This record gives sequence, structure tokens and C-alpha cells, in this order.
Amino acid sequence: MATVFGKAVKRREDPRLITGHGQYTDDVRLPGLLYAAILRSPHAHARIRKIDTSQALRHPGVVAVFTGQDIQGKMGTIPTAWLPPDSGIVTPPHHALAVDRVRYVGDGVAMVIAEDRYTARDALDLIQVEYEVLPAVVDQEAAMQEGAPQLHDEAPGNVAFHWKVGNFDPSAVQDADVVIRQRFRQQRLVPNPMEPRSAVADYNPATGEMTMWLTSQNPHIHRFLLSGILGIPEHKLRIIATDVGGGFGSKIPCYPDEALVGFAAKTLGRPVKWTEDRREHFMATTHGRDHYDDVELYGKKDGTILAIRVRATANMGAYLSTAAPGVPTILFGLIISGPYQIPYAEADVYGVFTNTTPTDAYRGAGRPEATYLLERMVDLFAREIGMDPVEVRRKNLVRAEQFPYNNPMGLTYDSGDYHGALHKALEMAGYAEFRRQQEEARRAGRLVGVGVTTYVEICGLGPSQVAGAVGFQGGLWESAQVRIHPTGKVTVFTGSSPHGQGEETTFAQIVADRLHIPVEDVEIVHGDTARISMGWGTYGSRSTPVGGSAIALATERVIEKAKKIAAHMLEVGEADVEFEEGQFRVKGAPSRQVSLGDVTLQAYLAWNLPPGVEPALEGQAFYDPSNFTYSFGTHICQVEVDRDTGEVKILRYIAVDDCGRVINPMIAEGQVHGGIVQGIGQALWEGAHYDEQGQLVTGTFMDYAMPRAHFFPTFETAFQETPSPHNPLGVKGIGETGTIASTPTVVNAVLDALSPYGVRDIEMPLTPERVWRAMKGAQEA
Amino acid sequence: MEATRMTVTVRVNGREYTRAVEPRLLLVHFLRDELGLTGTHIGCDTSQCGACTVLLNGEAVKSCTVLAVQADGAEVTTIEGLGDLSHLHPVQEGFWEKHGLQCGFCTPGVIMTAAGMLAQNPNPTEEEIREGLEGVICRCTGYQNIVRAVQYAAEKMKGAGAETEVAAAGADASAGGDA
Ligand code: FES
Ligand code: FES
Repeated sequence: MATVFGKAVKRREDPRLITGHGQYTDDVRLPGLLYAAILRSPHAHARIRKIDTSQALRHPGVVAVFTGQDIQGKMGTIPTAWLPPDSGIVTPPHHALAVDRVRYVGDGVAMVIAEDRYTARDALDLIQVEYEVLPAVVDQEAAMQEGAPQLHDEAPGNVAFHWKVGNFDPSAVQDADVVIRQRFRQQRLVPNPMEPRSAVADYNPATGEMTMWLTSQNPHIHRFLLSGILGIPEHKLRIIATDVGGGFGSKIPCYPDEALVGFAAKTLGRPVKWTEDRREHFMATTHGRDHYDDVELYGKKDGTILAIRVRATANMGAYLSTAAPGVPTILFGLIISGPYQIPYAEADVYGVFTNTTPTDAYRGAGRPEATYLLERMVDLFAREIGMDPVEVRRKNLVRAEQFPYNNPMGLTYDSGDYHGALHKALEMAGYAEFRRQQEEARRAGRLVGVGVTTYVEICGLGPSQVAGAVGFQGGLWESAQVRIHPTGKVTVFTGSSPHGQGEETTFAQIVADRLHIPVEDVEIVHGDTARISMGWGTYGSRSTPVGGSAIALATERVIEKAKKIAAHMLEVGEADVEFEEGQFRVKGAPSRQVSLGDVTLQAYLAWNLPPGVEPALEGQAFYDPSNFTYSFGTHICQVEVDRDTGEVKILRYIAVDDCGRVINPMIAEGQVHGGIVQGIGQALWEGAHYDEQGQLVTGTFMDYAMPRAHFFPTFETAFQETPSPHNPLGVKGIGETGTIASTPTVVNAVLDALSPYGVRDIEMPLTPERVWRAMKGAQEA
Repeated sequence: MEATRMTVTVRVNGREYTRAVEPRLLLVHFLRDELGLTGTHIGCDTSQCGACTVLLNGEAVKSCTVLAVQADGAEVTTIEGLGDLSHLHPVQEGFWEKHGLQCGFCTPGVIMTAAGMLAQNPNPTEEEIREGLEGVICRCTGYQNIVRAVQYAAEKMKGAGAETEVAAAGADASAGGDA
């Protein structure tokens, strides 16, 4: 059988999804199902004086109304599960419904349970809440000022944590010819997976068992946390997340809303469903990014970069969401030197409470922020010393022979050929030719520009020991179970929880490849805590390097056992048997063989097993990686800016990514496409905006510009394959690379186009208005 | 007090359904909650994402913007009725062949939009396809493979004239239905 590893196998999840037979959480229907709706604070900061629910309770069809007072002491608070060490982090209590104070527009105030969706929504309007409005603060730097409104008694000055890392030393930069200083605004984004968050809870009071369907990227983490919040022991709590319509980080956290659904079902003894509206998503699902980054780069005239420092102020919103503190610290600070041989680096990070929606991981989580500031600084440095930005990158990129490479923050980059990817991308883009055309275009009065990003990403989170050392309150290994049934069909149970990444296909390819069986014979089971022993979920580009490696190991264990049985059947020693093309063959006498199918059947019949071998054929693995994996690559974009309107048009976009070995190039390419679009969304259109009073001005798709099909040309993508040396598959991770690389690539391209004006920076998103103002401002200056 | 209900009769995927509904009930909720046809999704509340797109009398419409009572007497095709696995509509086939979906949540709406687009313009250019997708949002795919999927379908439909009759493909009488 031809190998299926590396082939563009069509996706196995598609038949159900293209015919309307997927099952997303809101599709779940149960007898006696009730619907929940949540009343949210219209104020960014206010004391709750009084809540009157009597009218709502009298409304026909309303079954119950809960307020913060009603649930006090009956369910736990919402925890924070990443506590960066030595950061003085404080985690003020986050109640599922506000008890006496609301801290952002969208903070839950009451929950209505009714017989149908519309009635639940109607009843929200019948709840009377008396608020005493308090002064609000939405900007993190303003929140740190003296006299700013204070959110939590536990956090004076609104500082949630202060974390610092690095080896910067002023003496190390004494030789610097140039110091570049620049401030960047990393705007706030709304994740907006197309499937809204949703939960269905079904409680059996007689058995004490609770089943919850949840829009989750990590059902076992949700089980772990919800078990504590709801007081339901883990073995009685089942979380199911089969079809999940995208997450991009926003379905990692444990939210108040989902916990409340569980609480209501348990309290009322009837199943309850809640699904957020898009407007609720905008105000009550975690946001991403939102930093101010003050950066310094020290360099020499010959293009050598000596050091990079950043002081970041990260807006954490009103409460610390589940993984939030790890995002602007660990996932950001440790990688600010990027793919370059920069010997000294430092990140000094403040996490700040404000009266805004909590932030947390959003596609790339910390790594896009780091890559953005670094790539922008490299371009500014190149401009300052009059060197081509590609030359500066060439000069500083870690060279292939330097791997494994230790960066100044103590990370060890596993493998790479950074120059190779750069070279390939430059060839594809015709970079030298474009620079010539740029000259001509400029003479003709056109503003065209090119941007280049060379990046490295921490993927494959991660070694559990490191997770512990950096304050993540969990492990980051992964589980896999591979079961060959008596007929030779295979079921694989994985702790990864794909929600669009296509692992029902790629994971099946891993197993089919190793067992030499058709992909169709392998079924991947994920997203159900009752069927899968344990798992840490899908995020941080970890599913394939960690979850996939666990599957590869479990498959090897199955083959090892089968080999023992085969040797017994062939009456030779185990060492004399090899597994090839689906057959166990006697070495040197290949005609003496038994098929995997025959061995499997014997394993189950167990009529004649070798001594000490147990019946059945399955393997289990709990794989804890020894290191992260480091995907890398080069992205190049060519843009044209309209001189009169400031509009940016993307002419070409080239991506060369190296994510180690590629299991399915079609799926990997799809991940790159989606990532690029999401990153360009940040560069050009997207941005969540609050007014001074803390009202979210961009609260619907009408005000928050999502990337659409006609904004883009056809992307030109390619892969380079440098295997990771430390996992059994040689894979690295591809889910986030596009988002990490494309934002600075496009912004650098626009600023290159505007270089005749000498524009140094434009705050993202680079809307026509901002670009136009920058040109105009430069002309007037 | 019980809201006034109105009787509607809608032919969905070739099968007739009569229900007494609240006048304010959206067609998308009628399809999902009353008929159990959960293939049609809801991605927003401002008529912008297109996840809810169905064919109403052969034309692509956003079913979150239509009241169930407005569909009285109409013919609706949802993703469940467009084609099944043994007889996929060329657009569905294109999405599978060309990796036009990732999480699949936007997909039913995007497929219905594309089916409606191709019914009106069987030979779209890439630019026309991208413009035609203006009313849908996909957060996963970056659209490129959706464009390829639609191109694949257009190519396929050229060779197979009769198969383009999407409205007639409503063979799948799905769960929850009665006459
Ligand atoms: S749900 Fe109808 S357009 Fe979004
Ligand atoms: S495939 Fe996920 S939104 Fe389109």
C-alpha cells in the first residue's frame, strides 16, 4: 500500500459537514429542554443597588431567574489557570453573575430560564436593575495612573501582575551605533469564530451524572474546572465537544455562562441550553491582543542587531480569564528575539485591569504581538542604516548549522533552515525584480511597496515540566489510544480536540501509514471526556506535534504487541520478525509471513497466545514532549496604496512556511490561508474600540470589519520541510503561522510604499483614513 | 399571555410542513427548532454572515432575515435537501474536493450562496466569485479554497446540465418532518 503520510487525502470530516449533518452544540435537542438568556450590564462600571426579577418571573413560560445573590455559595467562582511566577499576580474573585458590582459592558447580571428561546429573551427586558454608575477606565495606561478608577481592592493601581524576563545589560550595547525607539499599539481584536459559544447541560438527579455539550477547544480542561465550580465529581461529569465551529483561542477559557448553564440544569433538574448572540460574543467572549509596546533596538551600522527590549502594557480586561496571564508574558516575552541571533533581550510586562471584556488567547496568542514589534523594528533599523530590510534579516537570522539554538530567554530552537525559507520566498516573489519595478512605479506616481517577515513560532505546547515552571496550572502532554478491532478496523481516541483543523483526517493518516491499512479503516474519536481518558486540548499549535506524536507512539505499541503474537504464530523469535507492507515477515525468508489482520484476529480469539501476552490489541500512550517545536518561515507581500483615498490593495502575497514534515499538504495549506487572512484582518481592518465610558462601539459585524473574500488576491504558498528532531513524526505545527507572519508583513509593505513620505508608523488597523492622514500629515510636516 | 399564532405551510426539501407559529418567528428558527433541520446555522444577529443562507423559491436568501410567515406557500431548499452523499450537488462536491471548509460552520450557508450564485451565473470569473461571496463570512479558510470549490462546481455543472436544477434536488425528507 502506498504511503498516505504526506498525501493530500480528502477530509474525512467533510461528508457530514457539507450535507448539514454535523452536530454543533446548538444542534443538540433533548426532551424537556429549557433555554437560557443572560442579562448583561449596560454599564462599564457600576454598583448594583437592587435587582427586581418579580415581573420576569411572572412572565408566562419563564421557569427561573437567577441573580448573583441567588447563586452565592452555591457555585464556585471562575478560576484563572495560568499564574506566571514571580509576577505578584492577583486573581480577584470572578463571580459567574455579578454580586454587587459590574466591571464591564457585558458582565453577567442575571440569567433567565424559559421554555423557549424567544421567551427567555423577552424576560430579560422585564428585569429591573438599579445601578449606581461609577467612573470607568478602558485604557490600560490610563488605568495605571494615579487617581484612576479602581476595579478590584486586591489590585492597587489596577496592576494584575508585573513580569520581567531577559538578560539585557547596558554594557552589552555600549558598541551600538544606532538605537531605534518606537511605540506600537497592538489593538484589541474580537476572535469571532463563526459558531457562537454555546452550552447544553443535562443532569440526572438520581445518578448525579451531568452531561454537557460545550463549544470547547479543551473538553478535559473544562471538565476539570467545571467539576470544581459545579461541585460535580469528575467521574460524573461528561463534556462533549464534537463539532466545534472554530475557536481561535476564544473557546479555551472557562466562562461564567457555560458554568451557569450547568448550575441551572442541576438546580432545576431539566436540561438547559444557552447560545450566545453575535452581539454577546462581541461583549462577553474573550478578546485578543491589546498592548502598548515600547520597544528599543540596539544595532550596528553593518546591520548587526545587538539587543531588543520591550516594555509592554497588556490590557487584561475586567477579570483574569483562564489562560490570559500566560499570553502577554510567557508566550510573548520568551520569543521577542525571534529568528535572529540577538544576544540580549528583555521583556518587561504589566498586566492591567480595565473596565473592558477580559482578554485571553487569540490565534497566535502572544507570538503575533512579539513578531509584530520585532519585524517592524527590523524594518525601521534597516531604514535608519540605509540597508535593504532583506539584507538585515539575512545578516541576523540564525544559520542552519547553529541548531539546536539557544535564544537569550533560554528557549532552545529545535531545528531550522531560516535562510532556506527566506531564499525560496524571495525567489517566488521576484524580490529584486519588484524593487526595480518599484522605482519605475514611483516615477510614474504610484505608491507600491513590499514587506518581508521572517518569523519563528513556539509551537507544540509543550513539555509539562516547563508548563509547571512557567505557572501553567496543568500539564501539556497528550493521550492517545489505538484500538484495532477483531476485523482489523481501527478506532483512535485522542485528547486533542480539533475544531476545524482536519485532524480526523491527518491523525488517521498517521495511523494508516504505520499500519499499512486504508485511511477509511481508521476512525478518530475526539472531544468526549467519557470516551477519552484525558487530554489537554487543541491550541498553541500543539495537536499534531503532541497529540499526533502520542498517536504515533500508541500505534508503535500496538505493532510491538502484534509482533510478539506474529513471532509465536510463525514459530520464530520476535527479533526475527519485521513488519512491512502490512505483513509480519520472517527476516531473510519473506515468504513466511502473517498479515496484521490474521494477527489481530488471533489476538482477540486468544486461543494460542505466547506466554505472558494478554489478549486483545490496543495501545495507549501518554506523550510528554521533551521540547517545544519551532515552525518558521518567510512571508512577503506587495501592496499598492491609493494616493487619493489611502486604500491599501494587496497585489501579491507569498508564504513559505516550514512546519517540519507535512502530513497532508492540502490541509496544511488551508491552515496557512486562513491564518494569513486573519492576520491581514488585524493589519488592515479589524479593531475593537471602546468609548471613554466603556461602551463597545464596535459591537456587531456592522462596525467590526471582518475580512471578506473579495479583499484578497490568490495567495502563493509553499512549504519547506525541516523535521523536528525530537518527536516521532518530525512535525512542528501550522495552525498559527499565517496569523503570526501576515500582520507585520502587510504593515511593513504599506510603510515601504509610503517611504517617500517618511512615514514611520501607522496604528493598526491601517484603514484608508489612517493611511490618508499619515500621508497628509507627512506632506504638511 | 400566549402570543397569537399563525398557520404557515412551507415546502422544505420537497416535503410540505404546516405549523402554527408566532408571527415573529424567523425562518431560520422555524427550520432549526420546529423542523429540526439543524444544517442551517446562525452566525450573527445583523444579517451579515450568511451562515443561515437557504434557497427560497430557488433564490439564495438569509433565513435570519425572513419571517417564517413570509415563507408561507414557498419552496425552501436547505443544505439537507441540496444533495446527499450518494448524490452530492456539484458545489458540495467542490467543497470536499478543494478543501473549501475547515470548521464547517459557515459551510452550509456558503454552499447555498454559491449554488444560488451559479444558478444565476454559471460561468463566473474568480473576481465574480469573490464578489458573489461578499455576503458570507468564513473565519477559517481564507476563502481561497472556497473560490476553488466554486470553480470546480462551475466546471462540473457545465458538463452536466440537468444537475444544476437545485430546487428539484429536495429528495431528503429529514428528521422531524410530517406533512
Ligand atoms: S445568521 Fe443570517 S446572516 Fe448571519
Ligand atoms: S469553515 Fe469555519 S467559518 Fe468557514
